[in-house]
Amino acid sequence: MMLKWKKLGKIFNPIEYKNNAWLDSFAQGPSVIEYDSFIRVYFSCRPMPDENGQYVSYSSYVDLNKNDFSVIEVSKEPILQLGKLGTFDEFGIYPTSVIKTNEKYLAYYGGWTRCESVPFNVAIGCAVSEDGKVFKRIGEGPVLSYSQDEPFILSGPKIRRFNDTYYLFYIAGRNWIEVNNKPEPIYKIRMAISKDGFNWTKQNKDLIEDLLNENEAQASPDVIFANGKYHMFFCFREASDFRYNKDRSYKIGYAYSDDLIQWTRDDKKVGITTSSEGWDSDMIAYPHVVYLNNKFYMFYLGNEVGKYGFGIAELEGELL
Amino acid sequence: MKWEKLGKIFDPLDYELYDDYIGYAQSPQVLINDNFIRIYFSTRKKSDNGKYISHIQYVDMNKDFTKVLDVSKHEVVPTGKLGCYDEHGIFPINILDYNGEIFAYLSGWSRRISVSVETGIGIAKSYNNGRTFSKLGDGPILTSSLHEPYLVVDGFVKNYDNIFHMWYIYGTEWTQINDNEEAERTYKIGHATSLDGVIWNKESKQIISDSIEYECQALPTVIKIRNRYHMYFAYRSTFDFRNNSNNSYKIGYAYSDDLIKWTRDDNNAGIELSDTGWDCEMMSYPHVFECDNEVYMLYNGNSFGKDGFGIARLTKSE
Repeated sequence: MMLKWKKLGKIFNPIEYKNNAWLDSFAQGPSVIEYDSFIRVYFSCRPMPDENGQYVSYSSYVDLNKNDFSVIEVSKEPILQLGKLGTFDEFGIYPTSVIKTNEKYLAYYGGWTRCESVPFNVAIGCAVSEDGKVFKRIGEGPVLSYSQDEPFILSGPKIRRFNDTYYLFYIAGRNWIEVNNKPEPIYKIRMAISKDGFNWTKQNKDLIEDLLNENEAQASPDVIFANGKYHMFFCFREASDFRYNKDRSYKIGYAYSDDLIQWTRDDKKVGITTSSEGWDSDMIAYPHVVYLNNKFYMFYLGNEVGKYGFGIAELEGELL
Repeated sequence: MKWEKLGKIFDPLDYELYDDYIGYAQSPQVLINDNFIRIYFSTRKKSDNGKYISHIQYVDMNKDFTKVLDVSKHEVVPTGKLGCYDEHGIFPINILDYNGEIFAYLSGWSRRISVSVETGIGIAKSYNNGRTFSKLGDGPILTSSLHEPYLVVDGFVKNYDNIFHMWYIYGTEWTQINDNEEAERTYKIGHATSLDGVIWNKESKQIISDSIEYECQALPTVIKIRNRYHMYFAYRSTFDFRNNSNNSYKIGYAYSDDLIKWTRDDNNAGIELSDTGWDCEMMSYPHVFECDNEVYMLYNGNSFGKDGFGIARLTKSE
């Protein structure tokens, strides 16, 4: 049975809140922590690009009213400073996924560095916070880095805890392909498992089969447990000509699993796609599904991958 | 310890190797055969933007290192795919000849923007007695981690008592002194163990103490003689090391009886710069091995091995 999502529209536009140099536009990769009286949505934003047109990313948060999702407050500072010279996260912290555990907050994030032959590389970092506002990295290097079958671009982490075990869903680069003399990366959804959140064992397998072709790029593997099984919402696109061609750009996909390892892809069930007009008419991307107010909500990005913020949709009926 | 220098034994410009190169035979490391010794090294070519790319070649020599029998005229191991850890060079290569299988630990280089490079250590296997190697995966097997944030490189692997040991180096600091100069790196020797040679557990700490200020430690090489493990390595200052002999690479030494605790004892290295000649300004990239009941050290001399490498023989050990 197809899921049915009712779109509630865009709920946060960073352009309306730019009061600092580090927050000019973009609110990407929403990640929700629920408090008694509000929700905190972590997101990644960018200052103006530099003179070469290059961006850095910072991670931040906005506190929202739990019932009508109106903005209460935007953080005054990034939750974490960029890394030191030569470190993996010197040029960006994006996206960030936060979990509350043992009275602490753990953030897992993609740390960006710049390369010569390809524009960037990414590895996954970890930072910890007592208050959920200011985070401190647990080491100058990444907590999950490149390996034999995951040679570059470990990004898009989503941290989860099921049955006293930490699961990190993420993407790993497979190939850089040349498109009009410009390298474009292909990445696939992967997973690692940990008892303590710091020492990870990679599964070393693609979780989600390709739907488009072998050059499908998959991102934002967001997993939630409901009604006896695990549900994954993610996004995917073509490897080339995806920025301005809506037919080839990000859509949201769906898969389910009983054991978190074997996943069955079933995009026909996802029940959400681009709108015919408006803020999410060209693409929908970076889904994050949470259970709040006895309902399931999907936070997601619209056109230009969240340059003008994120919106939400509400699930009508059960997540089965 | 006491070493007798036997002099320089190979200059790459005297031969015709595969592909372009402008000199350099850096970090010589051996694969010992019954009748000859294959010595792998990294030579350099210039890429389109003027920067260097290191690639692996080898020379086969007789067992007293007086005669070159052959040199490689083919690609021994390809540099990496676009965006991979070894895209811009492999330097050095370390050979593990274990239970009839020949593996290579590859130190891969890829270029960065804010700093010059990042590195990682990968693995390859040979199915033709070391003539060529096939990579086991596009990515590295040892790379950056929480407390070794960059520049993991220079892996040297040995199996002792059914445990694989890797000694390698990792970066601790990139230092930018002047905006118009490239940042300089500092690195230290680390250690990891493995049951299969592929999946490694890092000790995640510096295992050899510093002897000079701003010390860089490079290319550890270990040999067991009787009941003691001896480590040689190269060390230099982080700064002004390219043209100032005082700050440039010298050979360091440490010993251990348990592979856990190492005692640094450079005064007992038994080998130092010559007064004149090819190794009077620097000595670097030592590689220690046993062959026909003798212990040898291959190493580079002045200019980081631009003009080749030489060898010394151990004449007295502790």
